[in-house]
Amino acid sequence: MATATDAAVDTADHGHATSTGISNTKLAMWAFLGSECLLFGGLISTYLLYKTRRGPGPDNTVIPTDVFDIPFTSVSSFVLLMSSLTMVLALSAITRGDNPATRAWLLTTSMLGAIFIGGQVYEFTSFLREGVGYTHNPASSAFYTLTGFHGVHVSLGIVMLMSLFVASKQGKLRQEHSETVEIVGLYWHFVDVVWIFIFTVIYLIPVD
Amino acid sequence: MAVTEDPLALTTGEAATVERPLGVLTRPQGGNGWRDWLSTVDHKKIGIMYGVAAMFFFIVGGIEALLIRVQLAAPNGSVLSADIYNQVFTMHGVTMIFLFIMPLAAAFANYLIPLQIGARDVAFPRLNALSFWVWIGGAIFLNSSWIVGGGGADCGWFCYSPNSGLAFSPSHGVDFYAIGLLITGIASLVSAANLIVTVLNMRAPGMTLFRMPVLTWMLLVTQFLLLFALPVITVALFLLLFDRLFGAQFFNPEMGADPLLWQHLFWIFGHPEVYIIILPSFGIISEIIPTFSRKPIFGYSFMVFSGIAIGFMGFGVWAHHMFVSGIGPLSVWAFSMSTMFIAVPTGVKILNWLATMWGGKLRFTTAMLFAVGAVAMFTIGGLSGVTHALAPADTQQTDTYYIVAHFHYVIFGGGVLGLMGGMYFWWPKFFGHMLNETWGKLHFWTILIGFNLTFGPMHVLGLQGMSRRIDTYSPGFGFEFWNLVATIGAFVIALSVLFFFFNVWKSRRDAPNLPPPGPDPWDARSLEWMVPSPTPEHNFDEVPVIESDDEWWHRKYGYDENRNVVRIATVEEAAQDGSATGVHLPAPSFWPLVLAAGLPLIGYGLIFNLWLCVVGGLLTGIGIYAWALEPVDDPDADHGHDHDHDDHHDDHHDDEEAPVTAGDEEA
Amino acid sequence: MAETTLAETTLAEEQAHDHPSDWAYVKIALLLAAITGVEVLTYFESAVTVFENNSVTIASLMVMMVVKFYMVAMYFMHLKHDNPLFTKLFVGGLVLATAVYVAALAAFEFWA
Repeated sequence: MATATDAAVDTADHGHATSTGISNTKLAMWAFLGSECLLFGGLISTYLLYKTRRGPGPDNTVIPTDVFDIPFTSVSSFVLLMSSLTMVLALSAITRGDNPATRAWLLTTSMLGAIFIGGQVYEFTSFLREGVGYTHNPASSAFYTLTGFHGVHVSLGIVMLMSLFVASKQGKLRQEHSETVEIVGLYWHFVDVVWIFIFTVIYLIPVD
Repeated sequence: MAVTEDPLALTTGEAATVERPLGVLTRPQGGNGWRDWLSTVDHKKIGIMYGVAAMFFFIVGGIEALLIRVQLAAPNGSVLSADIYNQVFTMHGVTMIFLFIMPLAAAFANYLIPLQIGARDVAFPRLNALSFWVWIGGAIFLNSSWIVGGGGADCGWFCYSPNSGLAFSPSHGVDFYAIGLLITGIASLVSAANLIVTVLNMRAPGMTLFRMPVLTWMLLVTQFLLLFALPVITVALFLLLFDRLFGAQFFNPEMGADPLLWQHLFWIFGHPEVYIIILPSFGIISEIIPTFSRKPIFGYSFMVFSGIAIGFMGFGVWAHHMFVSGIGPLSVWAFSMSTMFIAVPTGVKILNWLATMWGGKLRFTTAMLFAVGAVAMFTIGGLSGVTHALAPADTQQTDTYYIVAHFHYVIFGGGVLGLMGGMYFWWPKFFGHMLNETWGKLHFWTILIGFNLTFGPMHVLGLQGMSRRIDTYSPGFGFEFWNLVATIGAFVIALSVLFFFFNVWKSRRDAPNLPPPGPDPWDARSLEWMVPSPTPEHNFDEVPVIESDDEWWHRKYGYDENRNVVRIATVEEAAQDGSATGVHLPAPSFWPLVLAAGLPLIGYGLIFNLWLCVVGGLLTGIGIYAWALEPVDDPDADHGHDHDHDDHHDDHHDDEEAPVTAGDEEA
Repeated sequence: MAETTLAETTLAEEQAHDHPSDWAYVKIALLLAAITGVEVLTYFESAVTVFENNSVTIASLMVMMVVKFYMVAMYFMHLKHDNPLFTKLFVGGLVLATAVYVAALAAFEFWA
């Protein structure tokens, strides 16, 4: 009969054994990401439903699709896509125990994320200048809400990455903590795949 | 074989080497003072707090229900104004669903899941505490609108737009509704992820998924429903809130928006919510009936799979709430069909309960009476539910008292009676003494009679054409008699609740003079009955190794050569005595409470003054970082080895509405 | 949800340590970049005549999006090499989200 004492033996050599053999935190993260699919699905569906709904006029008829700047958004989407690469490179570095490289890639990833957020701020302000106010029509409300929620997710990701960076600087993030980087990475990649979806479905697919 | 209780394992006697990271709040120690309840991460204490708080809100929601019934007792009722009446029935529904039944089910889930799977705690004990504190913050926030928000929400519990817009609901009630439900939603989402990981990862050796008790299975399905349904209402509530606070145009038809969007989003959440309410009760019934029939549950795998099927299909029937909303004939047809299909797995469950009782040695204890009563009442509610699946009939029934009758038979009859039965069944395990059976039976029969007096007549009223949610009615429509009966019934229910509270008080007073219940007073079947009552802080002295379903039963009973059941061990021989010492338990923490306290402040800030948001946000942020920097192990305690569990920077579970830190505390 | 056997678990753990090399990640990123390039090209319809038909454009954009999504999830998020339970959880949410929202939009006659 396995007893609690056996469990202590297990833990002594860092066997983090669970019933399924997988880490609790990682499982919780994936469950959370599964749940997030429903959150973004709802916001995206709301936008799709409303994307051509203009106000009755005269000041509220401009909708986001009228003022999309595809070349600009393509560049910022590309930046976010590449941040996924630097994120996996950070994970790869910490699993090798290469702390300076880990910090470098974490920092690069945050910077790319920050560029994306900067691009979004620029996009929002230029849309506002062109007459797409948040309260003007269902299309604009839905657009700002969807991309705003995504932006908040990216920003929180940047906060997490910078926390990891600081922890690594203080020597608290070492090779044996690579799972922490992996889990923050899962969140980051998820935010990226959501944008892959948004970029295609919201920006690129032509509106009739 | 994997053993899961990693930091909870017996100490090896090495000195702890964790330094104290923050001197702000002294790390609390175990005990029973009020500080220990505020800082506890023990799933049992958290479960009890959920239960106590849920019963408090049961009283609040019950008083609201009585106000409704007093108003409707006679024609031209003038106890409440139409405006107050709207607020009272809205808050009655919201309170009973989100602040009573869901947390009461959460109480059972928290207390029983770890015990039933042979674990020492949930996967993330501090997150578990966080769920509770966030939930109670949201609950208090929601009800504070009576005092500071100019009255409660007045849009009905499903708060259809455009009624919920500023034009028709100018007080702050709906803002409190939206933010309050967002906050309680965060709590449920965190707890769903936590309990899913617990069930999947923390099982004792040999406890395969298909050896888990049906209750644990049903609670697992419930957590998946929460995980996938809550984000949908989160979206809906944010859209509503942005409409109201920032002038967005999600539900304003004048601007080309479609109010039906709210109805879809609400019911994509709202229908799974019905199963979130009912499945825990189904699980409890599935524990009580086999125990008091002295038979294993009939068709275990059918019970499990029908629960899973209900979970899946629950996402495919939402638009049957919208048959009269103009969703088009094709949608009506499709959702009418799917609704009829979902009756199949539900029927499977009812038949299996009956088959479990068939030929069993039945003992009608109070718990058993409640379980059987719940099955019977749920069957009535289920049958009237099938009548709404027929769209033409539903068109007649929509927004009448027939619907009110139906969902009370399902939620009160099926859900609340089952949960009440669970209280009588597990009370000795929770508190170490039994509830009085005589008063319990009196409680049961008064609540059963009161319930049927209240809601049975509503079928008639509905078919006579009495509208739901009208604040009064004129004489001469034939509504007088049955309304009076319903009001009398409501007071009978109130009386039965008084009996229950009296029973709680009396049983506690009498307990010292009665023999203790022992680990297993009911001769039951699942693992929680092999530990002493009340459950010791460390749950199991030794983690049991599971060899069959109904493991505890098989440790007490075997078969002779003629396949007759024979006793092979007494309870005393087979049970654990709770004497293990030095079991390494997760350390308590104040940070979940601090983190949770920030959220209602953010809520008040959004409504009244954005500066409060800053304060709340700071509090939450401090909570997150302090939590992340706090080691899982208590630096002051002299327990076992340092696992090198340092969880500084695992603040990766944040998202904008759920600033939640997952400690990597595999405890 | 099938019970994960010990053997499967061990296998998954072994594979978990067998993540693609940095160079493989770079190659995946280059492929993603190339697909993004093609996606953006469809915006400049006149340059690529294949995409003049709207429904062809939409179909090819959707295919490219799915490929990108799949590659990030499978390789960058390691679903390909990790425990299948993660894939089930995530795909469960994804499929459920797609199903309910497609159905809801269908009720609005969005696809008509």
